[in-house]
Amino acid sequence: MENTLNIERHEYDVVVIGAGGAGLRAAIEARQQGKRTAIVCKSLFGKAHTVMAEGGAAAAMGNVNSEDNWMVHFRDTMRGGKFLNNWRMAELHAKEAPDRVWELEAWGALFDRTKDGKISQRNFGGHEYPRLAHVGDRTGLELIRTLQQRVVALQQEDHETHGDYEAYIKVFAECTVTRLLKDGERISGAFGYWRETGNLIVFDAPAVVLATGGIGKSYVVTSNSWEYTGDGHALALLAGANLINMEFIQFHPTGMVWPPSVRGILVTESVRGDGGVLRNSDGERFMFKYIPEVFRDKYATTEDEADRWYTDQANNRRPPELLPRDEVARAINSEVKAGRGSPQGGVFLDVSSRLPAEEIKRRLPSMHHQFKELADVDITAEPMQVGPTCHYIMGGVEVDADTAAAAVPGLFAAGEVSGGMHGSNRLGGNSLSDLLVFGRRAGAGAAAYIDGLAARPKVSPQLVEEARAEALAPLERSGENPYEVHQELQRTMNELVGIIRKAEEVGEALEVIEKLKERVRLVGAAGSRIYNPGWHLALDLRNMILVSECVARAALLREESRGGHTRDDFPSMEPEWRRKLLICLTPDGSSITVKEQEQPSMRPDLLALFDTEELKKYLTDEELAELDGIAKS
Amino acid sequence: MTQTTPDASARRQRAQVKVRTLRADRWWLAPLLTFLGLSSFLVYGVWAILDGSYYVPSAEYIAPFASPCLATSCPEGARFLGLAPFGDWYTLPPGLLILGLPGGFRLTCYYYRKSYYRSFWLSPAACAVQEPHGKYTGETRFPLIIQNVHRYFFYLALVIGAILAYDAVLALVHTPLGLGSWILLLNAVLIFGYTLGCHSCRHITAGRLNHFSRHPLRYRAWTFVSKLNAKHQPLAWASMYSVMGADLYVRLVAKGIIAFPYA
Amino acid sequence: MSYKAKFKVWRGEGGEGRLEDFTVEVNEGEVVLDIIHRLQATQAPDLAVRWNCKAGKCGSCSMEINGKPRLGCMTRMSTFEEDETITVTPMRTFPVIKDLVTDVSFNYEKARQIPSFTPPADVRPGEYRMQQVDVERSQEFRKCIECFMCNNVCHVIRDHEENKPAFAGPRFLMRIAELDMHPYDVADRQEAAQEEHGLGYCNITKCCTEVCPEHIKITDNALIPMKERVVDRKYDPLVWLGNKIFRRPKS
Repeated sequence: MENTLNIERHEYDVVVIGAGGAGLRAAIEARQQGKRTAIVCKSLFGKAHTVMAEGGAAAAMGNVNSEDNWMVHFRDTMRGGKFLNNWRMAELHAKEAPDRVWELEAWGALFDRTKDGKISQRNFGGHEYPRLAHVGDRTGLELIRTLQQRVVALQQEDHETHGDYEAYIKVFAECTVTRLLKDGERISGAFGYWRETGNLIVFDAPAVVLATGGIGKSYVVTSNSWEYTGDGHALALLAGANLINMEFIQFHPTGMVWPPSVRGILVTESVRGDGGVLRNSDGERFMFKYIPEVFRDKYATTEDEADRWYTDQANNRRPPELLPRDEVARAINSEVKAGRGSPQGGVFLDVSSRLPAEEIKRRLPSMHHQFKELADVDITAEPMQVGPTCHYIMGGVEVDADTAAAAVPGLFAAGEVSGGMHGSNRLGGNSLSDLLVFGRRAGAGAAAYIDGLAARPKVSPQLVEEARAEALAPLERSGENPYEVHQELQRTMNELVGIIRKAEEVGEALEVIEKLKERVRLVGAAGSRIYNPGWHLALDLRNMILVSECVARAALLREESRGGHTRDDFPSMEPEWRRKLLICLTPDGSSITVKEQEQPSMRPDLLALFDTEELKKYLTDEELAELDGIAKS
Repeated sequence: MTQTTPDASARRQRAQVKVRTLRADRWWLAPLLTFLGLSSFLVYGVWAILDGSYYVPSAEYIAPFASPCLATSCPEGARFLGLAPFGDWYTLPPGLLILGLPGGFRLTCYYYRKSYYRSFWLSPAACAVQEPHGKYTGETRFPLIIQNVHRYFFYLALVIGAILAYDAVLALVHTPLGLGSWILLLNAVLIFGYTLGCHSCRHITAGRLNHFSRHPLRYRAWTFVSKLNAKHQPLAWASMYSVMGADLYVRLVAKGIIAFPYA
Repeated sequence: MSYKAKFKVWRGEGGEGRLEDFTVEVNEGEVVLDIIHRLQATQAPDLAVRWNCKAGKCGSCSMEINGKPRLGCMTRMSTFEEDETITVTPMRTFPVIKDLVTDVSFNYEKARQIPSFTPPADVRPGEYRMQQVDVERSQEFRKCIECFMCNNVCHVIRDHEENKPAFAGPRFLMRIAELDMHPYDVADRQEAAQEEHGLGYCNITKCCTEVCPEHIKITDNALIPMKERVVDRKYDPLVWLGNKIFRRPKS
């Protein structure tokens, strides 16, 4: 057995944790800037959660509607996030997304095409124009495969020049990082274990990019895979970085509700974008009842107008099925609670009566396949049953918009694990483009940081020893089965800190979490270190508990409803709260404290992109007065 | 640069499962049926080549296995366009002269290759069933590398197909109310369906191009061929049995065994 | 509507191992992967299985169920009789790490040997213009989720370990076809497909197509068209002559 001195050890310039879209794009950028880069991922290379993304990547290329540009995209993103977004991130995202998509094409991606041979773009909830570059309904797979193949291309280049594929970029697949290592205030590396052998591993690196995705596995009904245990969120917290906006979790309105074993698996929004409608058990197209005041003038009020929109978008308003995700999820939730749900506890999503069978199979092949194989339902002949599912966390590591740098020197974060870009609610399609834009910026940020370093931070043997003891502890205990603790956490979060929240329920959840913390300290893992899933889960539990506590504490403090945070006891959106961000940090590595921080005001030229009338819905009177002052001067 | 690598663990071995397959379904049924089907064709083919009654002068029916009839031993009316290019020295059955063309086409056909590799050579008999051979080199070397001539057989098969169609039309003109004429016509249609759906044909029409959009006509042809190609297996069997059936029918009429009106 | 099902699961490390018997609860609507997870949660916490999305999109949970390569997450329990014993084993063609988890590094090594997409030097990002009909063939191949079941089932390497160095497997021969049919790829891939990646080993017995969970027509649409392109290059004197005389550009 290894001790601190003979643990497998690697030196790199940049260690990227996570091999999804953001991680791979960051690694590609770091390598292109000449840095020796390691990609560490829990799964096999190319299996990351990004493959689940279906709809597309939002980028204002204007290929389908030439009216589209970055300013329109920026406005849509801010509206979708209820103006809580980090506006600089939203600006960079809207401006750079087209370049990031085009670059994929030069690396071999094959998007669907328009008649004149450009990348085709599709409609999506919250986007004013057709904007999502897509490949059928498997865009995420295309993105991950393209980036994976780009990494391979770079390795082939290195093989040409250095005779070694892995001279400058190497993938450590099925390898989990459990601790970030620091030298004083600075990042100096990372500690982890190989899932396959159970052997431990130390990375000695001055820069670490977190790209670990989200936290969905803290919920029972989720579209996320087992990997989504909030590792990056927890690693950042434990390294002393801040998390922001953790109360905002997106529940995707349409997840499968039956059979029970696939409950939560996503039904892409493209079903609605391509004509699918939502109905309750009375056959009523209920979304018309749920158009909120702020969107009243942008959405159709009659079925006729909504139906005309699919063929004539210039002269009609869009159907309310395409409202931002939080609105639709809440509407479905209300219908089911009011007893108008489908037999299996969802509502009906019908595309079979709206499009010919052949057209459905052509436009939504993987949905057709998914329902046929998993539920034995033919979506060309009968409606689907769908309900909300935990899908995405808007909150994450607080980062600098331009460099993706976290508060801890040497730590960077991109993609779902970072926070701010999407405000209180993410628009569909903005995730894939977010990964690309900020993945690249994180890789570049890390490279620039290294260039500015006077001396390489050192890995402290003491920290490695602590991490080793922590990682091996569950194997040395014969305690409770970790699966039971996990299930209780999932149930608690789902029921008490779910789509609709109440102060007393969230309080109750926090009590349960305190008790679970104790149980996590005692869980044991039977068996050897070789590919032992019980042990892996025991280690992941630490992260899930930390992150769940952040979500619950922030949810308790924010006394308003906005985007992915709905309080039953505070149902309205409050302009006062728009100026406040909630910051989570851990002083001792196990408890969470939350503090308020003021949101910086938006740059005047960006504010000027909006009508004053619209701004009135979001800003305080004080902010509006300031705005008037600027306009007059 | 310090780089230590993990110990090479003792995991370079496959899971030891001592049986040929763990499949519990009747995986042997398909190769067995294929074996019987293809064998019946071979047996029939040998008999048909040796059989002399391949022409019905009264109805202008000629058995497909003997067409085109090019030997001097062919009856005057049975000769293709009246030709007999081989001269008197050739005394073997006339069918032998042309047998190699459709035979070679089917033998090198991508579908038939699959079916006989599976059912005759058991390589593999069915998916995930271990094959009995110790060594395998596939189509990388002689003789199987010759399979690559398939497209030339395709060109020749087109000619044979055209001749069978000509035969059918001739019969139809001569005996429009004869069942045999219609059988020959159906056979010609199926043969064309099979021949045009060939993978080589698909390649030649437009499969070899990378820009369909610059060759709209060829692309349309490719789309049509692709549709046939998707049915290549059923068409292979249908046309194999139709050619056997039509051949047998003509011979039975020629032998007088079938003698009802409008035969 | 739950019942007790009989399972035999291969368990062991590094090749050595055996089929272990389990009796386990099965509920309506479940798939084989659910049952494996139930075994983990209730009877064998260290039972190793690789999985991710559980929706047939990532291609991680490849295994052999009753001898057939399948995705655990896409094999519904309702396709079996209640009294049937279900045998679950790891993929046979790759070395086993533990239980149902195999070492699939063969596939990643092969992926690295195929030259990447090579666009013309003078086309900049954003300038690509391609018609839908021209990208559709390659798009079909890009549906691949890399479950590696085609490489696992292919008898060329499944039954002949010694062919592994010379044969890229259906997955990566399809990758060559994808690039060769790409409207903007300018690399010459046909010669190498035959000489370096072993296209000639394929005897088109179509097991890859049979097991593909994405229903990609690997044999008919990728391997055979690629074989035909190789014939153009290597075995067809007329095409060779035509190319010499007319100096046909790649079209």
